[in-house]
Amino acid sequence: MNKLQIITKGIIKENPVLVLLLGTCPTLATTTGAINGLGMGVSTMAVLICSNIVISILKNIIPDKVRIPCYIVVIAAFVTIVQLLLKAYLPALDKSLGLFIPRIVVNCIILGRAEMFASKNTILDSALDGIGMGIGFTLALGCMGLIREFLGDGTLFNFEVYHGTSAGIFLLAPGGFFVFAILIAAINFFTKGKAPIKKEFGCGSCAMSELCGISEEEALQKLTGGKGAE
Amino acid sequence: MKEILAIMLMVILTNNFVLSKFLGICPFLGVSKKTDSAVGMGAAVIFVMVLATAATWPLQQILNSHGIGYLQTIVFILVIAALVQLVEMTLKKFMPPLYKSLGVYLPLITTNCAVLGVCILNIDEGYTYIQALFCSLGAGIGFLLAMWLFAGLREKMENSKGIPACFQGIPITLIAAAILSMAFMGFSGVVDGIFG
Repeated sequence: MNKLQIITKGIIKENPVLVLLLGTCPTLATTTGAINGLGMGVSTMAVLICSNIVISILKNIIPDKVRIPCYIVVIAAFVTIVQLLLKAYLPALDKSLGLFIPRIVVNCIILGRAEMFASKNTILDSALDGIGMGIGFTLALGCMGLIREFLGDGTLFNFEVYHGTSAGIFLLAPGGFFVFAILIAAINFFTKGKAPIKKEFGCGSCAMSELCGISEEEALQKLTGGKGAE
Repeated sequence: MKEILAIMLMVILTNNFVLSKFLGICPFLGVSKKTDSAVGMGAAVIFVMVLATAATWPLQQILNSHGIGYLQTIVFILVIAALVQLVEMTLKKFMPPLYKSLGVYLPLITTNCAVLGVCILNIDEGYTYIQALFCSLGAGIGFLLAMWLFAGLREKMENSKGIPACFQGIPITLIAAAILSMAFMGFSGVVDGIFG
């Protein structure tokens, strides 16, 4: 795969939000406005690029059995850095994103890319993958934010477009679910079902995907099977 | 007492973690295909939320007293991860029946944003230790309630016909979630009405 493909696949073909269905929590929660969505996207992108680079550097040192906790520590360190930077330089954005900045740590996109890509590829490729996935995430969030802000508040990037008839429910929780549903349905419609959108939630490239979303017996089997060998 | 009840009702109904705060959406959408597994997951989340709060609230006081409160994120996530591992091993050794029903879901919860979310929320809201514990309990119950209701809906929906092709699968699931969350919006003001 050439370098350009690594970047572009994250933007369209493997868009983390709209195709891989990863990171649904921040997607729904922080897109009450275009600026919030883009802010969250850029913060996540910064963490993703840095953690991808560091994990790729450390991939031969980290023992296989404790790799997930190691990844989490690396990610948490970068999240704390981003959190402190936002507090210092963009206090307004920090206030509106609130609880969601520390929770970038548990965003499955970041842990997923660490597990699926950075732990197997070179430093440069991992950085490029971080950039591509980050841009894809930011675009999807910005797009959702734009739609919800336009319908719910009658504004675009805080500039008033129309007055008085906006449906405030789009800024609330149901609007988040609804707009996300319509976006995915629209992609299905325009690509005539050919888009490789995941058929199920279950976080395909999440580090925990082996256990998530499968039946109880299967999971138990996997868990005890894995541990019985030790 | 009144305050604790108000906090609990608030996180169960008006500020439901899943349906109005978007915390823990992954398990909400991923593990809600069958009622049994949804309830199991919910029970495991209640368990871990209360334990995690019991461990992280005192830790934050220690961090604050040393002036390193900004290490919150790193410390909390590590403590939660270690705690879940520990609980899993303890259950497996001493309570096999409980392990059988909850154990499956425990590893999934390590990176569940609802657990980290409730720990941070308790600190941000400035709750006392008792209040924090009950807030976590309520948040867990709210999660279980949402999972259970939603799993029931999805079981019904599985056999329904007449859904347009482009809405099948994920989109219709999300629309159901939207309607459920709209129903929960009906609770807004209830807590103030009772206790205010």
